[in-house]
Amino acid sequence: MRVSKAMVKCLEAEQVKVVFGYPGAAICPFYDALYESDIRHILVRHEANAGHAANGYARITGRPGVCIATSGPGATNLITAIATAYADSIPLVVITGQVNNDQIGSDAFQEADITGASEPFVKHSYLIKDKDELPKAFKEAFYIAGTGRPGPVLIDVPMDVQMQEIDFNYPKTVDIRSYKPTTKGNMLQIKRVIKALNEAKKPLICIGGGVFSSDAVNEITELSKVMQIPVVTTMMGISAFSADNELFYGMIGMHGKRIANKAVELCDVIFLVGARVGDRAIGNPDAVKKTTKVIHIDIDPAEIGKNLGVDIPLVGDAKLVLRKMLELANKKTHTDWLNELNSLKSEETVKPVKQGTVNPRKFINDLSDKMPKNTTVVADVGQNQIWSATSYKIRDGRFLTSGGMGTMGYSVPAAIGAKLADENHPVIAICGDGAFQMSFMELATAVQHNVDIKIVVMKNNFLGMVREVQTNVYKNHLTAVSLDGSPDFITLAKAYGIPAMRVDSEETAQKAIDKLASHKGCYLVECVVDDFESTLQL
Amino acid sequence: MKYTISVLVENHAGALSRISGLFSRRGFNIESLAVGITDDPAVSRVTIIVDGDEYIVEQVEKQLNKLIDVIKVKTLTKDEKLERELILIKLRVPAEKRSEIMTIADITGAKVIDISLTTMTILLADTYAHICRLEEITKPYDVLEVVRTGTIAIQKGQDVMSLKK
Ligand SMILES: Cc1ncc(C[n+]2csc(CCOP(=O)(O)OP(=O)(O)O)c2C)c(N)n1
Repeated sequence: MRVSKAMVKCLEAEQVKVVFGYPGAAICPFYDALYESDIRHILVRHEANAGHAANGYARITGRPGVCIATSGPGATNLITAIATAYADSIPLVVITGQVNNDQIGSDAFQEADITGASEPFVKHSYLIKDKDELPKAFKEAFYIAGTGRPGPVLIDVPMDVQMQEIDFNYPKTVDIRSYKPTTKGNMLQIKRVIKALNEAKKPLICIGGGVFSSDAVNEITELSKVMQIPVVTTMMGISAFSADNELFYGMIGMHGKRIANKAVELCDVIFLVGARVGDRAIGNPDAVKKTTKVIHIDIDPAEIGKNLGVDIPLVGDAKLVLRKMLELANKKTHTDWLNELNSLKSEETVKPVKQGTVNPRKFINDLSDKMPKNTTVVADVGQNQIWSATSYKIRDGRFLTSGGMGTMGYSVPAAIGAKLADENHPVIAICGDGAFQMSFMELATAVQHNVDIKIVVMKNNFLGMVREVQTNVYKNHLTAVSLDGSPDFITLAKAYGIPAMRVDSEETAQKAIDKLASHKGCYLVECVVDDFESTLQL
Repeated sequence: MKYTISVLVENHAGALSRISGLFSRRGFNIESLAVGITDDPAVSRVTIIVDGDEYIVEQVEKQLNKLIDVIKVKTLTKDEKLERELILIKLRVPAEKRSEIMTIADITGAKVIDISLTTMTILLADTYAHICRLEEITKPYDVLEVVRTGTIAIQKGQDVMSLKK
C-alpha cells in the first residue's frame, strides 16, 4: 500500500471523522489518498485556525483533534496553534508534509525544520525518514497525545516517503518503554488526602482544566457534595462545576471573582485538582503556602510543587483518584465556613452605560440565561474573555478559551471545531473587534462547510485589554491600540451571507439574544461597548 | 551546588536536541553535558552536571522524565558516584622545556600523546578537581589549545543504572 493511503488508513483506524487542514505540494500525496476516504476534511482559511479548530474539536470529543498542513510556510503557520494546545494540554495530532528525504537540510523550496521549530511546544514529534516506521508513529502519536497529560504530537512526513509502498499493518497495541504515565493514585496518599480534608475546618476545592482531560466532572461534583466543600475554578476549569450549584464560588485569579479569591485566602486546606497554579490564577503562591495546607492531584508529576509548595502530592488521573476518594469519603458539613463565605457575597450592581452602548457583562449574563443549557461558549482573549469568564453562567455546557497562551483569534475557529464535534449542541464564540479581525476569514469556512456557529463581537474600537493597561499603568498613553479603519462587521457578515445585527440598546440586546438562541445557521451580533469599558469589578 | 544527573535515553534522532533544548528553555544552568552510546546501541547515556539547588534538580529530573525518549533519570549523590573527565592540552614547547612537561605529566598522571618539533599534547583522564589542577599547572606555559569532554559518571560498587532486568 502507498504510504499516503496508509496515513489515511491510520486515521480511520483511530476513528477520526473530521480533520482540519490546508493543502500544498508536499502534502499532496496524502490529500490524494483522502479523496477516497469518508473522513470529512474542513478547509480552513489559515493553518493556525486548523490547529485551533482541531483544539475545539478535541476539547468537546475528548479525543485528539487532527490538523494538517503542507511543508514550510504551512507548517510554520501552525506553530501558534500548536503552542496554544500545548499550553492548555489539549491533545492534537498534527500532520505536516516535508520536502523529499534527500532534500532535507538543503534549504529546498518550502523546507522548514518543523520538528525543530515546534520542539518547545509539542509533547513529542516524529520525522518519518523510514517508510516502515509510519504506522507505528501514528499509533504512538495518538496514544501519546491523548494519554497522561494530553498535548500536541507532530508527525512530519517527507513527500517521497508518502509515495513509497509499504506492507500496511496498523499496530494494535502501543508499548513505549519510556512512556508509562501514572494513572492510579497511591493509596496511602489518597488516605492522607481524605484525612486532611476530614480534619479541615475550611476546605476548598480548586479545579482546573485537568478535570476535563480526565473526564472527572461528575466525580468532583459528587465529592464536593458529599463532603460539602465549596469549589472555585481556574479559567481553564470554568464549566467543570455548574454555576447553579450552591457550592460554586466562581473563578479565581487576577481577573477572577473577589469572593473566589477571598475563599483561597481564607481556606485552611486547598485541594487542587488538575490545576497547575499558573501565575494568573494564583499570583502569590508564597502567601497561600504560609496559611494553607496544600493538596495537589495532577497526572503530571512536574506540575506538583512547581509553582506552589505542596503538603500532600498525589500523582494520578483525577477521575480514578476521585473515585477512590468517594469510596472512602464520609458525609461532612461545613456550615460555619459556608456561612462565612456567603456573607461575603455581594449582589453585582449593573453599572449604567452611555446611550448607544450596552453593558457587556449584563449582555453576556442575559445571554447565558437564554441560551440552551448545554451551549459551548468559546471566549477569545482580552476584555471579552474576562467578561465571558465571569458573567456567562455555564450550567451544563462547556467554556473554552485559550487560557495558557492567551492566543487572540482562537474563538471563531475553535467554535467551528467544537460545533463539528457535536453538531447537536449550540456553540457561540465571543470575541473582541481586534481578535475578530485576526480570524474572520474563517466565516468562509463555517459557510462552506455548513457549520452553525453564533458569533458575538464586542466592539469597543480598541484592543481593549491593552488599552486598559495603558490607561491604568502607562498614564493613559494610548499607543497602537485604536482599531480605527475597522470594517462595518454587519456588512462584512452579510458579505459572507451570514445574517447579523447590531446591539446598542437594551431593546436590541434582547432581540439579539433571542436570535442567538433560536436562529438556525450562523448568526453574528455586534455589541457596541463603551470604548473605555473596563474589566475591573465594582 | 553541583549535581550529577545520569540519563538513559532512546538513541532517536532529535533526542539530544530535546534534552539540551529543555535546559535553555527552562533556564537551568548546565555546567557540562556528555553523551555516548551504551552497551545497547539503541540507548545513549547522557551525563549532565547542573548548577542549582534541590528544587532546581527536582524540576530538572521531572522535566527530563516528561520527554518521551527519556527512559530513566537518576541524580547521583556524592557518596555513591565515580566521576571522570578527559582533557587534552596542546602546548608550544621548545626542545629545552620538554623534560619539564614530562615531569608535570609524570606527577599528575597525565600522558604525553603527541609531540612535534614545537609542540607537545598531553592527556589526562581524572576527576574534575585534578583536571583543573593540571590546567592550572600548565598555565605558565604557552598553551595553544584545551579540549575537555565534560564529566561522565557511574555508581560505585554493585549499583547499576541499566535497562537489563
Ligand atoms: C496573538 C496575540 N497578539 C497579541 C496579544 C496581546 N493582547 C492581549 S489582549 C489584546 C487586545 C484584544 O483586543 P480585542 O480583540 O479587541 O478584545 P478586547 O480586549 O477589546 O475585548 C491584545 C492585543 C495576544 N493575546 N494574542
